[in-house]
Amino acid sequence: MAMAAAEIEAMIKAALPDADVTITDLRGDGDHYAAHVVSAAFAGKPRIAQHKLVYAALGGRMGGELHALQLTTAVPN
Amino acid sequence: MSDTNQRIADIVNTNDVVLFMKGTPLFPQCGFSSKAIAILDHLGVQYESVDVLQDMEIRQGIKSFSDWPTIPQLYVKGEFVGGSDIMMEMFEAGELQQLVADAGVASAN
Repeated sequence: MAMAAAEIEAMIKAALPDADVTITDLRGDGDHYAAHVVSAAFAGKPRIAQHKLVYAALGGRMGGELHALQLTTAVPN
Repeated sequence: MSDTNQRIADIVNTNDVVLFMKGTPLFPQCGFSSKAIAILDHLGVQYESVDVLQDMEIRQGIKSFSDWPTIPQLYVKGEFVGGSDIMMEMFEAGELQQLVADAGVASAN
């Protein structure tokens, strides 16, 4: 059921092409990840909307096969 | 509005601060829920919690209620605030403290 880090990154970049995505495999088990996503698409949006953009990019996997994804978002400096 | 949606609306509208979580504050059943509780305890506000593992309708219904795919979910004064990641970001930025202060939420002690 787990997803590879590269797959997560690819899905986010497909939806947010300018995104700088950093994926950390928190336990080295391919199942608990942290993702830091930096994209100009987040500018001016509240945090909930920023996270929803990333969840949408993951196409419904969040909360399903992708249970443990710690997410932080930011706008480029 | 479905019965489940109505039940959720009643819960968020009758509690100033409510966390939908897996397990209970004393025995969280998931790391993210555990983190959310730790933040709320640190804030020192009174809060209600709803254990979604005890109610499959709410467990599914809460996700469409907020259009948010994961649990835990925090609501303050009827408004969806976010999950544990957003709670942590807001807490570190001092925004969560400001939010509960502005909302006039009762402190825990």
